[in-house]
Amino acid sequence: MSASEITLDEGLLDGAGDGPVLEVADLDVSFPSESGRVHAVRGLTYQVARGEVLGIVGESGSGKSVSSLAVMGLLPEQARITGSIRFQGQQLLGLSDVQLSKIRGRRISMVFQDPLSALTPVYTVGDQIAEALLIHGRGKVSKHAAANRSVELLDLVGIPNAAARAKAFPHEFSGGMRQRAVIAMAIANDPDLIIADEPTTALDVTVQAQVLEVLKTAKEVTGAGIVIITHDLGVVAGFADRLMVMYAGKAVETGHVNEVYQQPRMPYTLGLLGSLPRVDAAEKLPLVPIKGQPPSLTDLPPGCPFAPRCPMAVDDCLTEEPALSEVDSTSGHRAACIRSAELAATEAAADEIEGVDASNAAAIETAVEVFGAELVAEPKAALRPRTERPTVLGVESLVKHFSVTKGVVLKRKVGTVHAVDGVSFEVREQETLGLVGESGCGKTTTLMEILGLTRPTGGNISVLGKDVSTLDAKGRKAIRRDMQVVFQDPLASLDPRMPVGDVIAEPMQVHGFDAARINKRIPELLDLVGLRPEYADRYPNEFSGGQRQRIGIARALALEPKLLVLDEPVSALDVSIQAGVINLLDKLKAELGLSYLFVAHDLSVVRHIADRVAVMYLGKIIEIGDVDSVFGAPSHPYTQALLSAIPIPDPVKERARERIILSGDLPSPANPPSGCRFRTRCFLHATLSDSDKAKCIEVEPPRESQGEDHEVACHFARTKQVV
Amino acid sequence: MFGFLVRRLINYIVLCVVATFLSFTLSSISFDPLSLLRQHNPPPPAATIEAKRVELHLDQPIPVRFLTWGEGVLHGDFGETTKDHAITEELWRRVGVSLRLFLLGITIGIALGVLIGVASAVRQYKLFDYISTFFSYVILATPVLVLGPLVKQVAQAINNATGSEWLQFTGEYSGTLDADAGWLAAFDERLRFLIVPTVTIVLGQIAYYSRYQRSAMLDVLGSDFLRTAQAKGLTRRRAFFKHGLRTALIPMATLFAFGFGLLVVGGVFTETIFNWQGMGAWLVQGINDQDTNVTATVTLFVAVCVLLSGWLSDVLYALLDPRIRV
Repeated sequence: MSASEITLDEGLLDGAGDGPVLEVADLDVSFPSESGRVHAVRGLTYQVARGEVLGIVGESGSGKSVSSLAVMGLLPEQARITGSIRFQGQQLLGLSDVQLSKIRGRRISMVFQDPLSALTPVYTVGDQIAEALLIHGRGKVSKHAAANRSVELLDLVGIPNAAARAKAFPHEFSGGMRQRAVIAMAIANDPDLIIADEPTTALDVTVQAQVLEVLKTAKEVTGAGIVIITHDLGVVAGFADRLMVMYAGKAVETGHVNEVYQQPRMPYTLGLLGSLPRVDAAEKLPLVPIKGQPPSLTDLPPGCPFAPRCPMAVDDCLTEEPALSEVDSTSGHRAACIRSAELAATEAAADEIEGVDASNAAAIETAVEVFGAELVAEPKAALRPRTERPTVLGVESLVKHFSVTKGVVLKRKVGTVHAVDGVSFEVREQETLGLVGESGCGKTTTLMEILGLTRPTGGNISVLGKDVSTLDAKGRKAIRRDMQVVFQDPLASLDPRMPVGDVIAEPMQVHGFDAARINKRIPELLDLVGLRPEYADRYPNEFSGGQRQRIGIARALALEPKLLVLDEPVSALDVSIQAGVINLLDKLKAELGLSYLFVAHDLSVVRHIADRVAVMYLGKIIEIGDVDSVFGAPSHPYTQALLSAIPIPDPVKERARERIILSGDLPSPANPPSGCRFRTRCFLHATLSDSDKAKCIEVEPPRESQGEDHEVACHFARTKQVV
Repeated sequence: MFGFLVRRLINYIVLCVVATFLSFTLSSISFDPLSLLRQHNPPPPAATIEAKRVELHLDQPIPVRFLTWGEGVLHGDFGETTKDHAITEELWRRVGVSLRLFLLGITIGIALGVLIGVASAVRQYKLFDYISTFFSYVILATPVLVLGPLVKQVAQAINNATGSEWLQFTGEYSGTLDADAGWLAAFDERLRFLIVPTVTIVLGQIAYYSRYQRSAMLDVLGSDFLRTAQAKGLTRRRAFFKHGLRTALIPMATLFAFGFGLLVVGGVFTETIFNWQGMGAWLVQGINDQDTNVTATVTLFVAVCVLLSGWLSDVLYALLDPRIRV
């Protein structure tokens, strides 16, 4: 060995001590596909220091997950990977599977997106955690010791009664508990780097808050560097130290999290920030839609990949792809845009109006200005007080029970699922009611009962003043003309073998419109939802998710309904696309005088679009009222917890917030708690005196008025500001 | 779970009775056991035919005949053939012959089929996958009537090449072995006759199971939990076997059971081709002889095989998949 090589080795050893844990340089990943090579990651360079949290943000197809799977060496064999991935000075690219397996799980570990499928169904949770210890224990760890340690780890990540639960199989765990188990597995060997790929995306918002807390604990316990990948700018705002925004396989902006949120210097970042509806927005801000869709990664044209969607693009943008260059020489804030200096100037102007403060209001203002977003003018009828407007949908004490049966030949009832248990609300003309709650709260069942137009198990539903239990088949068909639905999954709800024109024509054919009228109406409808009339001949698979949802909306509008029922209409869409659809819904409501029943789990979207909101918990509405009252002064402990769990895409605000973390999971609706259904998870209940506690256990709280258009079902309701 | 299996077993007994009754009824209606007697030259006197009719209970209605036969079965007596042989005497020998052939064939077939299926899935779209896919389809598309003689040809070629007569393909044993030749010679004798028909069965079984195992394994290969297992530090290979194969075997459990049932039904051909005196060949003989008792006995045997293997697959399923253990 020559002298120079020795010094090199020593240098490496020194570097391993306090240098970055992970150094990725010029990483390129491409896959073969039928339409050519897909360049999923292009020249990606980043570092993660020990104990640092790096957030990687991007939409689907931006290359964020692929780049981290490359670090783990878990990409499929046909992937071509070039560049350099150094972990504590050691080059990982080119290592064999056997060599990498000694690093994976011991020094680098990973948490995946979908906890429901991340655990092997046939082994117990405890065994799977113990396995992580045994693989790397090299015979020094006994099975008994590994089993004991796995119980400790489950306890650490907050699984109650860990010793017993370790013997359970994954299907006996809820989604949130499984994700905790996966995190327990990830921290089992005290790694130096944890990669979390969309760790909370599949979870409900209160569970997301719990899991983020667990990740914070994991970081404290292991002192590891963390890479957190997400599409949700809110999730990383409070957690990450540094941020990297990815677009089309490249980093387009990196920097300290505060700087990226407050002074974004790449129009894409700006657009993303502006496209997010904010749960903390006291006044309605316009949402920034980013037009178009991400480019195909098979054959990228020269120039900035964002240029076709960018409102600031000039001719120079199309000649050469801009490099990631320093925006500010002192802080390491870098952006890939030739016009970032002009963004700074616009922002300075916005600062003068908004006043310089720690929030990122100025950045949002800049986004609105740059992208030219506008608020939809409120319809004139909205000026009339809502009590004077007619009710289009009235639901009173709606009950829907499902029987749980046992046996095949002789079915016998062994229990009842109380899916919806006495829900009342009304939607007035030209009003949007948001129905929110976590999965399993009964919001979808409520919706299906309304759409079914049949006599419910209990209570009444009236649509446009007609009681549905009195309807015959003909009357039902007439009502369906006035009440239409938009579904969550825009792909699954369109027949793939029908051209879009036929999809839109179908409801009109059913209701006996003549051909001439239908042919005239199709282009009108496409135009109304912002699609070109000539698209009528194309098939659904030729459209992007956002466009498909627009087609779904066009179909719903074909019969000129008065009421639209929207079931999570934007939750399957990427953020930049979502804003466009929300704006469209806003516009249609104003132009056509529609009423919406908007079912969603995303409270930020609901705050943006709804006039009133109803919060459901275990088949009951626990708080209802106008948006500003419910969001601004929530009075039910559950609403407070729900709102406080929603991350706000503003690092300064987000870090300053006090979060209410609910314990445990939703109780089974087959066996709901007595009295107040929320009491088992209620933080307020725990602080009450024994006599007050007894009231919660024995008496179901009625819905009581808390002010003008604000009702709460809690014995001890008190207002608390949480956003 | 235990209660569930007991209930299943009781269901299956009912199904066995139903299957046997249907087969008994159908053959009683269509068979005419007396036709042989009538064709005798010179024709026997009417009294003789009448006596035979009463002996075979043909004067009674079919359900009563079935009950009479069924009562005998409960006491271990399966009745007599039309030629006055006791069925019970021959039954156990034939069951032994059939089971020896089928159990060995299916065991080897499943083991190799699973292995080849897994290997094709792991090497998807590579040479091994293409070759195994090609041969699977060729074998699946070839009837046993063609496949059997083909295997015979290959065995003959091997015999010719080695200049021996070691591989045999007609019957179960030569019957020329000395009674005191010792167990090793007896084993060798049986093996010589067993190999060729077993290979025929095994080939078909491999082709069948490897296709299913390949797609079950491909489903699992793309799954998140396999990625988690690798992220934990298992090598790709160990993750495939410990987490992947274990999970991919679950859907196969059902298949194993009914595959065995199908094999026993299809055994008619295999046994006939290789001149094995098993249950399949007996069924053919029974139909030729217009013999209801033999047909019903073979049906009962097949039903028991199918349902018992179905029951075993339930047990296997529960062992493999904790999600259905309740």
